[in-house]
Amino acid sequence: MASTDTAAKGAESDDLAGLEAGLDALDTVQSHRTPVSEVLLKKVLPPLVAVALVVAVWQFLVWAEVTDEGSLPAPSAVWDSVSDLWLQGTLLEVVWTSVSRGLLGFLLALAIGTPLGLLVARVKFVRAAIGPILSGLQSLPSVAWVPPAVIWLGLNNQMMYAVILLGAVPSIANGLVSGVDQVPPLFLRAGRTLGATGLKGTWHIVMPAALPGYVAGLKQGWAFSWRSLMAAEIIASSPDLGLGLGQLLENGRNNSDMPGVFLAILLILTVGIAIDLLLFSPLERAVLRGRGLLVKS
Amino acid sequence: MATLTKDQAEDRTTTTAGPAARIEHVSKSFTGPAGGQLVLDDISLDVAPGEFVTLLGASGCGKSTLLNLVAGLDRPSAGAITTQGRPALMFQEHALFPWLTAGKNIELALRLRGVAKAERRPEAERLLDLVRLSGAYGKRVHELSGGMRQRVALARALAQDSQLLLMDEPFAALDAITRDVLHDELTRIWRETRLSVLFVTHNVREAVRLAERVVLLSSRPGRIAREWTVGIEQPRRIEDAAVAELSIEITEELRGEIRRHGQH
Repeated sequence: MASTDTAAKGAESDDLAGLEAGLDALDTVQSHRTPVSEVLLKKVLPPLVAVALVVAVWQFLVWAEVTDEGSLPAPSAVWDSVSDLWLQGTLLEVVWTSVSRGLLGFLLALAIGTPLGLLVARVKFVRAAIGPILSGLQSLPSVAWVPPAVIWLGLNNQMMYAVILLGAVPSIANGLVSGVDQVPPLFLRAGRTLGATGLKGTWHIVMPAALPGYVAGLKQGWAFSWRSLMAAEIIASSPDLGLGLGQLLENGRNNSDMPGVFLAILLILTVGIAIDLLLFSPLERAVLRGRGLLVKS
Repeated sequence: MATLTKDQAEDRTTTTAGPAARIEHVSKSFTGPAGGQLVLDDISLDVAPGEFVTLLGASGCGKSTLLNLVAGLDRPSAGAITTQGRPALMFQEHALFPWLTAGKNIELALRLRGVAKAERRPEAERLLDLVRLSGAYGKRVHELSGGMRQRVALARALAQDSQLLLMDEPFAALDAITRDVLHDELTRIWRETRLSVLFVTHNVREAVRLAERVVLLSSRPGRIAREWTVGIEQPRRIEDAAVAELSIEITEELRGEIRRHGQH
């Protein structure tokens, strides 16, 4: 390049830079996060209203005496049994017994379901061999595993974990499989041209690209863990096992303590929702938001 | 590679023996339900070091197939393709990974190439600077405009430090104004880096605007129909009279090729 056109080239280059900066400014999408007050108004208020309505209808039915108190306890009676349990100091203990079992079981399911899902998704033979069984297992109610688990392992914590694993591993593995299946082929081609093949491709391209499907699988896996655990706790209650929410429910039935039964159901529901809201929903939103996949409403 | 000094760039071209890409008697057929279909028929083409070649053709000429073969994403049915190392490839879609920021997309390319961790960040910033996106390091892909995404994709392709850049209609999805600016940008970067470029397009003006050599492919099967050497001095504008003149000549030839398909 002759030095005589350097000056001209410089000016032309500055021109282009300015033009480009202008285009970028015009085209850039402004993304912003919704303010807290709006979140409260649009996301938190509606479910609270719904809960209040349900309680109001419930109270109304009790007042109208549609059925005897043994079948439908008043909200206040259920509240009393909550505070009784709280005052005895056992409420948190009962909840923690189940939650710790559920979470530990879930983590085990995660450790088994992830490599299993990856194998099914990436190895054709494995997919043909166990893929259909794995998705079929999802439709088998995990309560069906309780009798064999009790026979094999006896009435203990291992039995509970076995039931959780049989319920949650297929969900987690299937979530990962469908996540991998939905990876756009373009990403795989782009990865290959960058040199991401084999294990490198799996680690750098396939796994992160499959993350949304995987997280959806985790969410479902948690729901299955929790359900399986409750089935196991209700059927296999034994004094050696410690009092969990399932046993609390079963005890209520044995004592014909309807407020206690309601209390146990509400606690099981609350814990399931709380773990989802505190753990999995934020995780899912963070993954989707990072990719610009959250639809602004 | 991207910001090599002129001396280094020249050193590179002199040590490179032979063309940046050599395509020798390449044919490609795909087996479909209706038997084998010949997509590319006996293509021979050399891309010299530092040369900018556009492959031009109507749909069905197999130009993207040819690019995939050169990129090593697919194998030819017959013939041979030689390149100096693994070529970089840019797609019509930006193909940036949405789970990474613009900067991390480039760093992933560097990492896969084996660049040491400490050098990745400065190198990525340098490449972003080259495509004039210095401020975009921490931006997510969805926060960038279409033109910015393609520039990050270009920076990522340059991060592969390949001597051959393959481009598969990279500007086809952009609006006309942005495309025009990116033509200027690509010409500038090509002249700075002295990369060899093989650029696929169906846009005659774009082909003439960018290339030193335009190769016209016929369709079904794809064969090399004709070649033009573009003698117009860079930097060109897509509006230049000389560009228009050659574009008309090539368009006539292209239309002739297309017409043949309606005659039987």
